Amino acid sequence: MIVGSGPAGYTAAVYAARAGLAPVVIAGSVTAGGALMTTTDVENFPGFVAGVQGPELMESMRAQAERFGAQIVYDDAIRLELDGDVKVVETGNGVTYRTRAVVLTMGSAYRKLGLPDEERLSGHGVSWCATCDGFFFRDKEVAVVGGGDSAMEEALFLTRFASKVTVVHRRDEFRASKIMARRVLDDPKIEVAWNSEVAAILGDDQVTGLRLRDTITGAERTLDATGVFVAIGHDPRSELVAGQVDTDADGYVRVAHPSTRTGLAGVFAAGDLVDHTYRQAITAAGTGCAAAQDAQHYLSSLAPVDVPTPVLEVSV
Amino acid sequence: MSTVTSVTDATFEAEVLGSELPVVVDIWAAWCGPCKAIAPILDQLAGEYADRVKIVKVDADRNPETVTAVGVTSIPTLGFYRNGERVGVLIGAHPKPVYIAKFEEMLA
Repeated sequence: MIVGSGPAGYTAAVYAARAGLAPVVIAGSVTAGGALMTTTDVENFPGFVAGVQGPELMESMRAQAERFGAQIVYDDAIRLELDGDVKVVETGNGVTYRTRAVVLTMGSAYRKLGLPDEERLSGHGVSWCATCDGFFFRDKEVAVVGGGDSAMEEALFLTRFASKVTVVHRRDEFRASKIMARRVLDDPKIEVAWNSEVAAILGDDQVTGLRLRDTITGAERTLDATGVFVAIGHDPRSELVAGQVDTDADGYVRVAHPSTRTGLAGVFAAGDLVDHTYRQAITAAGTGCAAAQDAQHYLSSLAPVDVPTPVLEVSV
Repeated sequence: MSTVTSVTDATFEAEVLGSELPVVVDIWAAWCGPCKAIAPILDQLAGEYADRVKIVKVDADRNPETVTAVGVTSIPTLGFYRNGERVGVLIGAHPKPVYIAKFEEMLA
């Protein structure tokens, strides 16, 4: 069984299905396809010369997994029992799966700024998804917080709608890839607030601006903006398995590199749930492939080898 | 079986504010991935809550007045209306149990 349906999960499903393991993917009721479902152009996935739309890439991966017999379940894993020879996966619709091997690919979730008004103004100017919400800021001034590739992509996308985009970044240079940073710096609609962090989000019912603090001098100033897009990184979605498998201080699941084995026999982990360094669709797909093969080796080592499919029992 | 029907700026007042049944308004757009993800859940709920709740959808691209009136800058967003008044808002895509809880809260 595979929990999660981003590039790691679907790639694991393709490989597991082709190995005859009849994998079941718990894809998520509303999160199926993972983080790429809310992106636009993916320009760095090898093989796509002209780029590919994130949702299109994920639809292709899903179809490829299904073609070889993977079963995709559009439901959420709400409880996992990972120790012991038989693992239990329970879903939001009340279905319980029993299985010999589990591949964890739950990915990561947007990190929040952690400011008091962030939650209150969420959906009223505070957003984590430019492709979903950029439309609402036609001819408005907006801010993007962050300095990585995600922040660059959000800022560039928002120039289609906004009259001005200000990128707010804590340091004096971007962490993003050179090509993305260059596009941002060259864009006439984008300004950068270097060495700045968000001290407060301003507004009663709707965002009206940000209070920025200079990270060197401590000086504060107000930036007018009706929208603020938060792209300061991600945190691993490991809550379901916390306390069962080893995680590091930031919550990433630990595996025995270069394998995908966790500390528990029959439990493997791949993708952004594990990786705080590379975090790319292609690296997630790569480790998803490895996890399927690790799971296959594990299942074939079990004695007696009389288990026709890894899913032993499904009960409602 | 009830289904999710479309409402526009022109019909919002009659269909939503003038409705005898409580109304759930789904603001969506064709380019919004999470909106597509929750559409099947809303279709199911339209059946399960038939005769108790009316579910309508508003295309954000074509109905700017309604979008402005609801005051949201994120979709998917659901607006909950009773007797012509907005009694709740739910922003973002959520698993079905979250919607059921919100429906029940509106009906309570």
